[in-house]
Amino acid sequence: MIYLYIIVMAVVTYLIRAVPLTVFQKKIENRYIRSFLYYVPYTCLTAMTIPGIFYATQSPISAAAGALTAVGLAFRGKGLVMVAAGACAAVFIVERILV
Amino acid sequence: MNMQEFRCGLKDGIPIAAGYLSVSFSFGIMVLGGGLSIFQGALMSLTNMTSAGQFAGLQVIIAGGTLLEMALTQFIINLRYALMSLSLSQKLSEAVTVRERLVIAFANTDEIFAVAVGRGKSLTFSYMAGLQILPILGWTSGTVLGAAASGLMPPALSSALNVALYGMFIAVVAPNARKSRAVLFAAALAAAFSCLIYYVPALSGISSGTAIILSTVAASAAAAFLFPVQAEGDTEA
Repeated sequence: MIYLYIIVMAVVTYLIRAVPLTVFQKKIENRYIRSFLYYVPYTCLTAMTIPGIFYATQSPISAAAGALTAVGLAFRGKGLVMVAAGACAAVFIVERILV
Repeated sequence: MNMQEFRCGLKDGIPIAAGYLSVSFSFGIMVLGGGLSIFQGALMSLTNMTSAGQFAGLQVIIAGGTLLEMALTQFIINLRYALMSLSLSQKLSEAVTVRERLVIAFANTDEIFAVAVGRGKSLTFSYMAGLQILPILGWTSGTVLGAAASGLMPPALSSALNVALYGMFIAVVAPNARKSRAVLFAAALAAAFSCLIYYVPALSGISSGTAIILSTVAASAAAAFLFPVQAEGDTEA
């Protein structure tokens, strides 16, 4: 069953990438659709992060510390890897204090 | 195959591959935590080449969602790649054949797209092939390493590493939400919908994959209606 899931994922994702590269190569003119697609990465990443992140660690408190650290580092223009590492470090430290 | 172009692509792919290795390491940990095998995780990474899509897909698998739900989740979350492919197709050299385009499409990820269009000249198949190989290897091997290491790690460490992928999501959204009030509005609305579905008892029957789709579509539609983006430049980023 898991392989079926993986096949569906791979096929859908590939078609999304391949069809515009080969079949219809016109630009999307509709402003509303373009706007919708522009916001999708931000809304979907946020919907996956909140509230999921609060239940990903041993305690919602350590998770909140990780989330706040990530936001702080991201605001300061740190790269993906730095922000993620900072979030992990914050969770690790807070969990050592809580225990 | 033009070897000089290919080598150029390989070189440009090195930093992407290094970044992917660390991101997929944390994905590998989640794969094992979700009850999948190392091989299944590696296969997913090799055939999908997408972080948000795979993460959401993993949630659907863990929740035991339907295949239709899986297809819809992937469609919505990965729809942005259609925009990138459209944009990339305008930058490819005319010598690139349809068969070569079908190969290039495989790993048109956010980062590879960004580097490719940033190159500024007409893109050859040799360059694109070189650019994609190392990131594909990095993404897949990182998943294997993360999954293999997670069994050996103490719980305190894996608990901390569980937020790595979330941290990267935040790293993508937060700077843009700070720059643009429209993005901030869209993200806040998505968080509100997502929490509503999660915490309101009457909505608790909605699975996590569907929750992601509903929140994404509703928040994006509202933001697009209230803050339509300017005609040019928005699909380039």
